[in-house]
Amino acid sequence: MSAAPHLNAPPALTHFTTPLAQTPFHPRTEAANRLQGWAPWAGYMTATCFGDSTMEHTAIRNAATLYDISPMVKYRITGPDAVAYLNRLTLRDVGRLAVGQVHYTAWCDDQGKVMDDGTVFRLGPDDFRLCCQERHLPWLLDSAWGLDIRLRDETEDLAALALQGPVSATVLAQAGFDIQALKPFRMTTCPFDTGEVMISRTGFTGDLGYELWISPDLALPLWDHLMQAGALYGLMPVGSEAVMLARLEAGFITTGMDFVPVQHAVREDRARSPFEIGLDWMIAWDKGHFTGRRALMAERDGKSSQWALVGLDIPGNVSAEGAILYFDKRREAGFITAACWSPTLKRNIAIAQVEARYDSCDHLWVEIYALRELQYQKLMLPVTKTARPFFAPERRRATPPGRF
Amino acid sequence: MPGPSFDRDVIVIGAGPNGLACAHRLASKGRKVTLIEAEATPGGGIRALPDLAPGLTPSLAHLVWQIDPRVEAAMDLSRHGLTWEATDIPTTVIGRDGNLVIRGPLTEGPDAAAWKALYQRLLSFAAALEPFRRMAPPRLQAGGNSWARLAKNLIGIRALGTKDFRELLRVILINAHDVAQDELTDPRLRAALCFDAVLGAWAGPRSPNTLILLLDRLAGEIAGRKGALGLPKGGMPALAQAMTNAATAAGVSLRSNSRVSRISIADDRITGVILHSGETLVAPVVISAIGPKATILSLAGTEHFDTGLVTALRHQKSRGGTAKLHLALSARPDFRGADLRSRLLLAADEHEVETAFNPVKYGEVPDRPVMEIVIPTAFSGGTGPHLLSANVQFAPHAPKAGEDAAREAMLKACLARLEEAAPGISALITRAGILMPYDIERQFGMAGGNWHHGELAVEQMLFNRPIAPLSRYATPLKGLWLTGAGTHPGGMSGAAGRNAADAVLEAKA
Repeated sequence: MSAAPHLNAPPALTHFTTPLAQTPFHPRTEAANRLQGWAPWAGYMTATCFGDSTMEHTAIRNAATLYDISPMVKYRITGPDAVAYLNRLTLRDVGRLAVGQVHYTAWCDDQGKVMDDGTVFRLGPDDFRLCCQERHLPWLLDSAWGLDIRLRDETEDLAALALQGPVSATVLAQAGFDIQALKPFRMTTCPFDTGEVMISRTGFTGDLGYELWISPDLALPLWDHLMQAGALYGLMPVGSEAVMLARLEAGFITTGMDFVPVQHAVREDRARSPFEIGLDWMIAWDKGHFTGRRALMAERDGKSSQWALVGLDIPGNVSAEGAILYFDKRREAGFITAACWSPTLKRNIAIAQVEARYDSCDHLWVEIYALRELQYQKLMLPVTKTARPFFAPERRRATPPGRF
Repeated sequence: MPGPSFDRDVIVIGAGPNGLACAHRLASKGRKVTLIEAEATPGGGIRALPDLAPGLTPSLAHLVWQIDPRVEAAMDLSRHGLTWEATDIPTTVIGRDGNLVIRGPLTEGPDAAAWKALYQRLLSFAAALEPFRRMAPPRLQAGGNSWARLAKNLIGIRALGTKDFRELLRVILINAHDVAQDELTDPRLRAALCFDAVLGAWAGPRSPNTLILLLDRLAGEIAGRKGALGLPKGGMPALAQAMTNAATAAGVSLRSNSRVSRISIADDRITGVILHSGETLVAPVVISAIGPKATILSLAGTEHFDTGLVTALRHQKSRGGTAKLHLALSARPDFRGADLRSRLLLAADEHEVETAFNPVKYGEVPDRPVMEIVIPTAFSGGTGPHLLSANVQFAPHAPKAGEDAAREAMLKACLARLEEAAPGISALITRAGILMPYDIERQFGMAGGNWHHGELAVEQMLFNRPIAPLSRYATPLKGLWLTGAGTHPGGMSGAAGRNAADAVLEAKA
């Protein structure tokens, strides 16, 4: 057994042993994952459910939860032209973002079609982090041409946890982190162990919540520390199923689920502009040129949007997932992109894309196939347009956060 | 909405043939046009370069293949001083076993009949494609397409007849080398066909889609003569002078020695230009003939354009593969008895053309370059010293060995090749100068030193010239337009200038 490998032999390939990458929290999430329910997220294994999604969702709305968001794609942008760069790339005006502040934004291609949405963190005057769903390195590099910035994909350099739920602030306080003064969309840095943890008051649940960003080598100590601190407050890890339910109640859209990012769209008519997915409020028309601006202006002035993204109320309690919408029960008018019977609201809600002319949703009906004891029954139900977010409790904004 | 008041309607940047044609067209339609030229004399690629020796004035371009008939008629160039030494200059191929003279379809030797048939067929194909040169490229996504003209042009191609139409479809994207080998046996004819197909291109005759470049070259005319090859009396600068005279006579205000440093933009539209001197010239419309890359990436600034467009333009290929050699000779050279009132091709066969391209792919200088030689002084019958002007293929635009070393190596290779074709010529040389593609880029502003401000290649032609979103002369920035060789159809016939002017007029109407 002592035959020495050739000196210049490449290291043994072991990629097949873990076809999906594991996040820095994997030893904990794997141990806690009673059903070993996993799904891929940006090349990582992510827990879909730790045992009972209903309980997990209940914890998001009534206690505190931990969700491993390390797979989120993270880019670091630094340099003297960082503001100009992000203003050229994204829809909102980064110049109006204070150091220590976060905003939700999106970006488009030349035709004004959405490539992704994400959050921009202003870490310093010339220092930003862009977090998003898809990978964009070539586009981000192309957008940087002629500008003095440094761009780094730091997805693997940073572990991240979402701590969400009405009791999350209490758990953080219990853990020794001072976040009483932290307002929504602001961040702060706290010492932790041998390093520090960056805490932002952000999240994807529409509830009181925080996101914690830390070096991967401190990931497990942070997890353990939080679980200790939250033990008496019902803190539990949650999977993507519960989070997706919560995000729908909050009315948030997800790239790849509520719209197809234009760079992945195969069919020409799948691309969507910010107007067509309800993100036009972001557009900072007065900040100067940005990619897609002229196309978006033409769409605005020509009222040429083809689609509208709407929130719907549906009678009954059968989720309308994947259903098609009809005008007057006959003509196809749109489709549901996300739907659930909301346990929090006790309402049957949905997000849908409808053709722009049916924006009012008058006379729209949804065709739902309800599975009842092995047999599908077709329901044709009238829908009502309703405001998003569906669920927006005051506690998500209160500063200092309430104690529960 | 009343905008700012402008004392001129249009600024055209760059007084090359296209800039001149564009400015002339707009001025003759009543627009107040200022034409800005960085150099002391207008002409761009056909302007006079510093004398090599007293009376020997070289220029970058040394022959005229085509002048757009619309431009020629509108500018009435003969009235403004243009006369021709010749418009039917023959080609003499200096071969291994003797020279071969080609006069359009006519030549000698065993291939005389085959050449005539091939030449006439190519000429008819070129004529069928030619109307596309006189219109803005059609583009589905753009408004204002002239569908009637497009239909007419397409019907014109189909009207070649079933047999020829089929043949055109077969050869339109073929390489020149295959056609030469299929149709001809005389290596000198093959060499001529291959050389002319890749002249000014970054491609060897075996590179795909090279025959269409020859068709494009044959599509033009001079003074009604198809497939012409002309030399103005007084050389190329005389053509520049005649075009300048015509433009100024039409009311164009020409500002030489004025280099634009920046196109000024406010509120997402053009307001004019800022010169190096600091002077600001205002105008609601700026048409740039200096090249799409230079215009958008430098003068206007990428911050005014979308990322996709900027990336596509950055990636647009613009590699010059042709060097320009100028020699002052103390007496007439002797190319084995060739008539010096012809265009001399130093390419013995098609392989020599291809082989000269090979090293250039890797940034190296070929040992045996091929070249096209014109001795303008021979046409004017001068008895004094002579000027030898040569387009030498191929030369690296970004040489591995460094610019100076490559220039020196290229000159040496050229002189060796010349000595072989014209024994004793070395002793006649009193002065030599060579412009490598990077020198051409520096002196003429042509991206990569490519004659066309962006390679003329099938994937960068028509609605892809320079790139799809810029192919109809307009840019997404209100008031900024493109013309010049970098736009459809390329070249210095003035067609791009005329087309761009028409597009501007149509948009304003």
